[in-house]
Amino acid sequence: MRLILHIWRQKNSQTRGKMVRYEHANVNEHMSFLEMLDVLNEELAVRGEDPVAFEHDCREGICGSCGFMINGVAHGPQRGTTVCQLHMRHFKDGDELWLEPWRAKAFPVLKDLIVDRSSFDRIIAAGGYISANAGGAPDGNAIPIEKQKADLAMDAAACIGCGACVAACPNASAMLFASAKVSHLALLPQGQPERYRRVQGMVAQMQAEVFGACTNMGECEAVCPKGIKLENIARMNHDFVKAAWMFREEVTVAGAS
Amino acid sequence: MKLDARVPPGPIEQKWEKARFEMKLVNPANKRKYNVIIVGTGLAGGSAAATLGELGYNIKAFCYQDSPRRAHSIAAQGGINAAKNYQNDGDSVYRLFYDTVKGGDFRAREANVYRLAELSGNIIDQCVAQGVPFAREYGGVLANRSFGGAQVSRTFYARGQTGQQLLMGAYQAMERQVQAGRVAVFPHHEMLELVVVEGRARGIIARDMETGEISADEADAVILATGGYGNLFFLSTNAKGCNTTAIWRAYKKGAAFANPCFTQIHPTCIPVSGDYQSKLTLMSESLRNDGRIWVPKRKGDTRPANRIPEDERDYFLERMYPSFGNLSPRDIASRAVKRVCDEGRGVGPTGLGVYLDLSDAIRQLGRQTITERYGNLFEMYERITGENPYELPMRIFPAVHYTMGGLWVDYHLMSTIQGLFVLGEANFSDHGANRLGASALMQGLADGYFVIPYTLGHFLAGVKAGDGTTTDRPEFLCARSEVENRTKRLLATRGRRTVDSFHRELGRVMWEDCGMTRNRNGLEAALAKIPAIREEFWNNVNVTGEAMEINQALEKAGRVADFLELGELACRDAREREESCGAHFREEYQTEEGEALRNDEKFAHVAAWEYAGENAAPIRNTEPLNFEYVHLTQRSYK
Repeated sequence: MRLILHIWRQKNSQTRGKMVRYEHANVNEHMSFLEMLDVLNEELAVRGEDPVAFEHDCREGICGSCGFMINGVAHGPQRGTTVCQLHMRHFKDGDELWLEPWRAKAFPVLKDLIVDRSSFDRIIAAGGYISANAGGAPDGNAIPIEKQKADLAMDAAACIGCGACVAACPNASAMLFASAKVSHLALLPQGQPERYRRVQGMVAQMQAEVFGACTNMGECEAVCPKGIKLENIARMNHDFVKAAWMFREEVTVAGAS
Repeated sequence: MKLDARVPPGPIEQKWEKARFEMKLVNPANKRKYNVIIVGTGLAGGSAAATLGELGYNIKAFCYQDSPRRAHSIAAQGGINAAKNYQNDGDSVYRLFYDTVKGGDFRAREANVYRLAELSGNIIDQCVAQGVPFAREYGGVLANRSFGGAQVSRTFYARGQTGQQLLMGAYQAMERQVQAGRVAVFPHHEMLELVVVEGRARGIIARDMETGEISADEADAVILATGGYGNLFFLSTNAKGCNTTAIWRAYKKGAAFANPCFTQIHPTCIPVSGDYQSKLTLMSESLRNDGRIWVPKRKGDTRPANRIPEDERDYFLERMYPSFGNLSPRDIASRAVKRVCDEGRGVGPTGLGVYLDLSDAIRQLGRQTITERYGNLFEMYERITGENPYELPMRIFPAVHYTMGGLWVDYHLMSTIQGLFVLGEANFSDHGANRLGASALMQGLADGYFVIPYTLGHFLAGVKAGDGTTTDRPEFLCARSEVENRTKRLLATRGRRTVDSFHRELGRVMWEDCGMTRNRNGLEAALAKIPAIREEFWNNVNVTGEAMEINQALEKAGRVADFLELGELACRDAREREESCGAHFREEYQTEEGEALRNDEKFAHVAAWEYAGENAAPIRNTEPLNFEYVHLTQRSYK
């Protein structure tokens, strides 16, 4: 199969980027999307051109490294799939595809399709944990947890932090990402002591990173490769409002870049 | 080279307790004076960074990914073992210890394995406390499942994403220490050299993968938790970035490399589909709980699976190993798969595949239960192959998955370089010649949460904090210039072949001559081929771009250059070990039934290789292994 690719090429965060057109004749339907790019990169390298830079690592849809826009859709046309698991059988001969990096002020482009997502780490550092030092934990079965609750917590905890939700959101909001972690921990008994402190810290950090606000468009849920649901955002809003009268401590944020 | 394992004396049940009591402590107020570098932020490195931060040490954590949350531990699917005996089915610390020593085919150090089993329960408790959403029963208690090589149900899991959830626990605990100012994380940084000053590991040289800048960092101790080197074979289940560079650089600075040929080939992976293939995907071993593995009885039977009647199917694992059946250990299952494919009974377009069939289980348990247990694995299989595993049995074939070999460490997890500690898959210690399923996560977390906080403290208590060593010392300057020169050389070659083409060529040699089975002739041939590939690499590799920018070709080239050296050592190790044990199967040494034939008289030892210089053969040192508790017998799963 033959494809026309328009790929965003940008040398680094200081320079301007542009779309560059490539004809790719060596595509077969069993390749993954990233293997298709590997083959293109091999050809570029042989011609002495700079290969297209893109993030990737596990290539089995769990590490969250990969991701870019394919024809304006984060991770491309197949629902519930990262680009590393998207296979070329979903495309046809002669297709023309536009590949662009995630676009968000909080995700500056580093090179080509690679963006800086360190803001996500800072949001987690602002409270996305349960404070439990190693050593001295009670027996694992000491606190029974309803299966339904454990399952809901697991649904939320499945987030891989890829950033597709931000890229798909017209406001570049990180609400789906942050709310997945808030929900995961708020649903579990172990997460209760820090529940309101956590939500305030994470929301404050999210705002400091210049992510936008949520206006319930639902684009994030539609592109999420792990099926993280909008209901997590509702849960986070609920906790955030409740925190306003449960919790009065000053919240400080880490230096956002 | 002297290999002192520092195993404490006394009965095995008391060794760790006694060692902990005898270890020196660092006063809480003094801990902040010590700097510790940790390379790698997976289960071992991440849990170590979190725990040492909690204790009050100053930690610098480095990882090559753009976030520490992406380390490859995240991809572990099936579960983590712990001797909790929640199922009342006969499990105990001693049984987990026994299963692990036997599963490793008697090539692991007993004292380390016992400690691992002893700590396994604490890991589950710790992870639950952190909010890891393990699977639960309706009554609210933790659920378990079985895994290969065990007859008890001791594996804890979080759907098919256990590694991800355990890593999130460690990552979140580490980020908490980032917020507290105890841990500084350096993502997108790759360690390219170890710095040794007066015989002690004192720092690293790393490259900032965003700017290309080379930095030097000093510390009182260095911890490597950089994972395994399965990508030596090019195709493996490892993430694309997994590499040997950190431990290989340490080896060349004096750390012994133990058992480099012990490579686990996992039986249940999705078969290769073409030349462009970039990696292989594992289908969790947990599927073997409910799945049955079979091939047609008749050679060249090309009928679709559902047209082959029951009596014309060969459930070969159940036939050959009736008591463990489909849950036979990985090395045994992989070789059995290879055997039936070699007989011409393999399935799929290439003939390199067998069926993993869950249709009986779907009939008995219902689709709902199977979806709950394996839903995400089924989806993954369908995405990759385009086939629906609810309707057609999956096709699987063995693939390189885990490396039991790694840097030699003593009971304290210290390498042969003072102050250099090695945790998780990067070390060699606990799995012998074959790792049992759901044991890697256990080892990574035991090392990071519960072993290193004690043994590192003991080491640091014996050295002075802030002794004035700075990165201006000649050892740092020299290591930095080595890195810069290597980078320059890679970029200046401008040859005709891409990095990947060399990597694939090396991988093919390794897979053919040092893979599932090995023999002397093949290994000799590989030992002739690899130096030739290496020579061509350095004269004809094409690395595009520049040093001071994001340059993925340069990153790959550096890693492949090190694989080209390690491959030779692995083949040498395989050639010298004239026996079969666990995953190391030498065709010359097998029983009449084709099982691995150990030679305990000559090879009940760890081979710890010592670097002897650029043009000298490495020296093979040995650490004898004594089996006082689990008696040496031929491993049988029949």
